[in-house]
Amino acid sequence: MRFKVRGIDTFASTGGRPFDKNKPLMIFVHGSGLSHMVWVLQTRYFAFRGYSILAIDLPGHGLSSGESLKTIEEMGDWVGDVIDAVGCKEASLVGHSQGCLVTMECAKQHPEKIKTLTLMGGAGAIPLNPELLELAETSNTKAVDLMMDWAHGPAGHFGGHPVPGLYHLNVGSMLVQEKKEIKDTLGVDFRACDNYKNGFEAAKKLDLPTLCILGDADKMCPLKEGKKLADHIKGSEVHVINNCGHMMLLEEADQTLEILKSFIGKHYPLKK
Amino acid sequence: MDPKTYKFDTLSLHAGYQPSKNAGSRQVPIYQTTSYMFDDVDHAAALFNLERGGHIYSRMSNPTVQVLEERVCALEGGTAALATASGMSAIFLTIMTLCNAGDHMVVSSQLYGGTVNLFRLTLPKFGIKTTFVKPRDTEGFKKAIQPNTKGIFGELVGNPGNELMNMPEVSKIAKDAGIPLIIDSTYQTPYLCRPFEHGADLVVHSLTKWMSGNGSSMAGILVEGGTFNWMQNDKFPNMTEPYEGYHGLSFAEEFGPTAFTMMARAEGMRDMGPCLAPQNAWNILHGIETLSLRMEKHCSNALKMVEYLSNHESVAWVSHASAPGHPDKELAEKILPKGTGSMIAFGIKGGKEAGAAFIDNVKLASHLANVGDARTLVIHPASATHSQMDEATLKFAGLSHDMIRLSVGLEDFEDIVNDFENGFRAAKKPRLVANK
Ligand SMILES: Cc1ncc(COP(=O)(O)O)c(C=O)c1O
Repeated sequence: MRFKVRGIDTFASTGGRPFDKNKPLMIFVHGSGLSHMVWVLQTRYFAFRGYSILAIDLPGHGLSSGESLKTIEEMGDWVGDVIDAVGCKEASLVGHSQGCLVTMECAKQHPEKIKTLTLMGGAGAIPLNPELLELAETSNTKAVDLMMDWAHGPAGHFGGHPVPGLYHLNVGSMLVQEKKEIKDTLGVDFRACDNYKNGFEAAKKLDLPTLCILGDADKMCPLKEGKKLADHIKGSEVHVINNCGHMMLLEEADQTLEILKSFIGKHYPLKK
Repeated sequence: MDPKTYKFDTLSLHAGYQPSKNAGSRQVPIYQTTSYMFDDVDHAAALFNLERGGHIYSRMSNPTVQVLEERVCALEGGTAALATASGMSAIFLTIMTLCNAGDHMVVSSQLYGGTVNLFRLTLPKFGIKTTFVKPRDTEGFKKAIQPNTKGIFGELVGNPGNELMNMPEVSKIAKDAGIPLIIDSTYQTPYLCRPFEHGADLVVHSLTKWMSGNGSSMAGILVEGGTFNWMQNDKFPNMTEPYEGYHGLSFAEEFGPTAFTMMARAEGMRDMGPCLAPQNAWNILHGIETLSLRMEKHCSNALKMVEYLSNHESVAWVSHASAPGHPDKELAEKILPKGTGSMIAFGIKGGKEAGAAFIDNVKLASHLANVGDARTLVIHPASATHSQMDEATLKFAGLSHDMIRLSVGLEDFEDIVNDFENGFRAAKKPRLVANK
């Protein structure tokens, strides 16, 4: 679906169902340099079960126009505006990686709008390896290769995609390279993550049902960092997926969906 | 700082498979199975509607076949792959996913004979027309493009004339026209060339050949590069428009770099059903384990054969992209640095009769209609693989009556030479041959 947010032509996947603002809204926010496509194994399920889905492409990413936003704070505020732009009052947020920082910021800035928060492969801070950051900022595709290496666990490196025939590492790498100049997407995103220092402070302010899904083989946001973040969030629920890297939403899509289903069913159920 | 993702030889042994998810079995198990249990009604509905991944029925996907798909995908550098019952079905499925009745393809004229027949005779029955262009005629590909053209198709090294298509240049033409370039890379295997690195968008293989290397099983595969943007124009409604078969799903929007394979499986496999048998997938996987080792030897034996044939008094001409004076030598060195493959065509002095005598008197080299076996193979195309073609089509396909096609195997080079000497000796003696 295409719509305007702050006057910018924005794309969000609705999970294969027409958008209906009267259904409970779930917004999915992708990680650095990525797009709505990472969420396909979660969004279609909820879309066909009575939820309105927006798997957004951040400005400058995927099918959205505009320039990439430069700070996590701005991105968080922008996600808040998405809710208004589609005529809704509230939403449940799901973020992955950088998307965790963004959704936390959004929940902190717009507590009245956000009903639940799900953080996948999150951490309170995501400092970037300086070499990786520089490669991304100079549009060197080696940044993508390094990112794919670190972002994937055994399923990525050996194989076994939940969707028969797909190969994790190269799908991820093509998603990042969808836009020719990765400095404008991945580069800006990595810099925004590296600069963001308010993660733990935002986490402490959260007062809503929060779910953290972590992979024990995550090299991008190691398990111990994910747990540290969860410790800062009041009453957060933590699930660790074994033998799984940073891309749990694809690498272990089924387990991720089951955990998300039971959390959403409990804290953001469909109205009877 | 370099990525530590696995490299080619490691991937040929490991990609697509984790023992820990298969009872610890080190070798890939053969799932000789048709159907897979649903957890509950909701799970079944989700699988059928492509909301979740997983196996339903082996016409669509099978766990052993999936390992093969991921392995070839990893080796090619692709995003997704779909294995099929044969190379021909991979090509047919690709075209049927890409085109609708009324569409048009631009196709290299030097192709495997079966592929020529598909484009020339069978696809027109479905309203899909083709313009053939000679592989070296790069500008010709551009000129042949019409408003309803949906893609360019070719073999990098044409069969059996060994003429190269200038893939990097033709890919630019395809890009400018907003259509995908599809390469049949059977003869190269990803060991010699990874077409996605040279601008191809889709790759097909007959896995029956070098990928398997053992002459045991038929198989084919379609691999997607994830490079083509289906939404850049309105030429590909199959990919971009809501698809009724899945509640209005737009494959391009939902699956992006894997949209084509998802569509080919969801529609093509569902409706046409050329699925690969798990036992055959397993046989091919076995072959792929030694792909690098075999291709190296294929290529080194081929180089020695080129030299031997070039200096032989009974040989009129030799065609192999490595041969001195081959017009595509420079291009071949650029895109096929590890070797130009093990297919050689040569002309035997004495024409058709000598050719027949040669074929009938070699004993080690097998006379049959295949290529890419571990064993050396020979055939006389004008009377076999390309025999359905009339004189004019033969000529357009770059064939002559004195041509012998040789697929160099892994035997000891001296043994192949001794065998060929017997063939050449016999070819000098007069004999009776059928004359149509
Ligand atoms: C280049 C090429 N493509 C496709 C095919 C067809 O493959 P299959 O025989 O596996 O159907 C062949 C078979 O000889 C071939 O040589």
